[in-house]
Amino acid sequence: MSVAPRTPPTKRDWSWRSQAFRGLLYQIIAVVLIGGIAWWLAANTAENMRVRGIKSGFDFLTQPAGFDIGESLTKFDSNDPYWKAFLVGVSNTLRVAILGIILTTILGTLIGVGRFSRNGLVRGLCQAYVELFRNVPVLLQLLMWYLLFTEFLPDVTEAKRIGDIYLSKGGITFPKPIWESGHLFGVAGLLVGAIGAWFYRRWARSKFEATGQIRSMFWVPVAIVLAVGVLGWLAGGAPSQFAVPQKGEFAVEGGGALTPEFMAVLLGLVLYTAAFVAEVVRSGISSVARGQSEAAQALGLSKGQEMQQVLLPQALRVIIPPMTNQFLNLTKNSSLAVAIGYPDVVSISNTALNQTGRAVECIALIMLVYLTTSLLTSFFMNWYNAKSAIKER
Amino acid sequence: MTTQNQDNIIVFDKVNKWYGNSFHVLRDINLNVRRGERIVVCGPSGSGKSTLIRCINRLEEHQEGHLIVDGTELTDDVKAIDKIRKEVGMVFQQFNLFPHLTVLENLTLSPMYVGKMPKKEAEEKAMLQLKRVRIAEQAGKYPLQLSGGQQQRVAIARALCLTPKIMLFDEPTSALDPEMIKEVLDVMVEMANQGITMICVTHEMGFAKAVADRVIFMDQGQIVEQNTPHEFFNNPQTDRSKDFLSKILGH
Ligand SMILES: Nc1ncnc2c1ncn2[C@@H]1O[C@H](COP(=O)(O)OP(=O)(O)OP(=O)(O)O)[C@@H](O)[C@H]1O
Ligand SMILES: [Mg+2]
Repeated sequence: MSVAPRTPPTKRDWSWRSQAFRGLLYQIIAVVLIGGIAWWLAANTAENMRVRGIKSGFDFLTQPAGFDIGESLTKFDSNDPYWKAFLVGVSNTLRVAILGIILTTILGTLIGVGRFSRNGLVRGLCQAYVELFRNVPVLLQLLMWYLLFTEFLPDVTEAKRIGDIYLSKGGITFPKPIWESGHLFGVAGLLVGAIGAWFYRRWARSKFEATGQIRSMFWVPVAIVLAVGVLGWLAGGAPSQFAVPQKGEFAVEGGGALTPEFMAVLLGLVLYTAAFVAEVVRSGISSVARGQSEAAQALGLSKGQEMQQVLLPQALRVIIPPMTNQFLNLTKNSSLAVAIGYPDVVSISNTALNQTGRAVECIALIMLVYLTTSLLTSFFMNWYNAKSAIKER
Repeated sequence: MTTQNQDNIIVFDKVNKWYGNSFHVLRDINLNVRRGERIVVCGPSGSGKSTLIRCINRLEEHQEGHLIVDGTELTDDVKAIDKIRKEVGMVFQQFNLFPHLTVLENLTLSPMYVGKMPKKEAEEKAMLQLKRVRIAEQAGKYPLQLSGGQQQRVAIARALCLTPKIMLFDEPTSALDPEMIKEVLDVMVEMANQGITMICVTHEMGFAKAVADRVIFMDQGQIVEQNTPHEFFNNPQTDRSKDFLSKILGH
C-alpha cells in the first residue's frame, strides 16, 4: 500500500494573541513611525530652506569648482566642474581605504599570530605594539605622522637626496618608469606568470597528495610570477626609460611622488587599525579550544602546521565578522584626513559646501559615498564568511 | 643516565614536576613500562594521573629526573620530541577531533603532513583503521555529526594511523553515556590483544581486570601502590588505596 505524500499544513493561526499576528502588527507600527518621522524631517527642512531663501538642488555640480586640489590621480584644475572634484575626492578616499585595508590585514595578522610565538621577545613586542597603538587616539597619530614628515624633513629647496629619491617637506619623489608599449609585454608576462603560478600550485598540491612531498606554496609561485613578468619585459625590448626627478630652483620636478598628507593618512590608519586587527586575530585563535592544539601536537604536527591546518581554519569564522568592523572603521576614519589637509571626499565636499552653501546636498553625497563603500565591504565579507563557514551539523 | 633495560619502552627515573613554583604535582616518579605491557593508572581526582601520561609525549614537561621513551630521552630537543610524538598516540577525554575536517581528513592529516605519506595510501590506511573501530561508513561525515561513542572511536582510529608503538588514554570513557562506554571499551580490548603498549587512565575496573598487566595507584603526585589487577582490587595494601576503592565501588 502506498502512502499519499503529505505536505506540512499551511494554515496559520491569526488570532490576535498569535505570534504571527503580533509580529505583523509590530512591523506595521515601526514602518508607520519611521516613515512619519522621515516625512516630518524632510518637510520641515524644505520649509525652512524656502523661508530663508536657500537654494537647493544638485545643479551646482556642473558649475566650475574654482579651486585646486593638492593631489589627484587624474588631472584636475579649477575650471573643472564640481562633480569632477567630487570624483577626485572619492578616488582619494578609496585609494587610502583599499591600500589601507590590504596593509592592515597583513600587518595585523602577523602581529596577532606573533602573540603565540614561542619566542618571548616576539610575543612581548607584539603585545607592546598593540597596547601602544590602540591606546593613542587615531587623530593624534595622524597629526603626529604629518608633523614628523613636515617638520623634520628639509625644505623642498634643500631636499635630501638618496640616489634618485628626494625626501622633503613636499613628500617623497622617486623615479617612475615612462610608459612605453614595450611595458605591455611586461604586464602580459605578469598575467601569464599568474596563470602559471596557479597551475604550479595545482601541480604541487596533487604532487603532495601523490607522494607526500611538501613544496613551497607561496614563494615558488611568487617567483614564477616575477620571473615571467621580467621575461615579458625583456621580450618587449626591456624599456628602461625612467622619469627621474630633478631638483629645480623651487621644487623637485618630474618622477612619481607621494605627498606627506597621503603618507601620514595611510601610515596612521594602518598602524592604528592593525592593532585592533591583531587583537581580533589573537582572540580568534585563542577561542579555538585548547584541546585542538594538544591533539595537533600529540599527532606530531609542527607549530606552523598546527597553526595552518588546525587553528587558523577554525579561528577564521570567529575572526571574519569583527574584521569587517575594522575594515569599515578604517574606511570611515579616513575622513579624519581632513585634519591634515589630505583631499579626501569629506575635505572636498567641505570646500564645495562652503563655496555653494548647498549643505544638505553635500552632506548627502558624503553619506552616500560612505554608505556605498561600507555596504559593498559588508556584502563581500558576508559572502566570504558564508563561504568559509564550516559544516558541523 | 640510568641502567636501562632494552625491554623497557618507557623509563621514568626520579621524575619531578611542578606547576608554577609551588605546586609539586609529580614527586619522585620511578616507573618502568615493558614493551607490550598494558597498564591502568587510577587514583583520586587531582592526584596527577593526567600529568603523568602527558609527560610521555611532552604535552607537559618535567623539570627533574630522566624520562626515556623508546630509547630516546625527552629533553628540550625538538628532534627528539618530534620522533617520540610519531611513536606515541594519545586519546583524550574530550575526543579533540578537528571539527572543520571530515572523519577521513581527521585521520589522514598527520600521516600526510608528518608521515609524508601519499594521500591515497593515507586514505586506504585510514579506512582500515576506521573498519577496525567499526565506523567505516561514517568516513565522510563531520565529527560533530557523530555520537560521543562514535567520536571517541574515531579519535582512537586517528591515533592509530601513525602506527604508534605506545598508546596513551586519558579517561577515554568518562565523557560518555553508559551505553557508549561499552562500544569504546570493546575497541580498546581488541587493541590490547594485539600487543601494543598501552597506558590508560581509567576507573573502569572491568576493563582493568580484563586487559591490564598492572594497575598503578597514584595519590598526591606519587605512585603509592602497584600490583596485578587481581591483587590490587582484592587485596589493596595501603589505607589510601583501600579508601579509594571503597569509594569507587561504593556507588
Ligand atoms: N596547567 C596547570 N597549571 C596548574 N595546575 C595544574 C595544571 N594542570 C593541572 N594542574 C593541577 O595539577 C593537579 C593534578 O592534575 P591532573 O590533571 O594530573 O590530575 P588527575 O589525576 O588527572 O585528575 P582527574 O582525575 O580529575 O583528571 C591538579 O590539582 C590540578 O589542579
Ligand atoms: Mg585527568
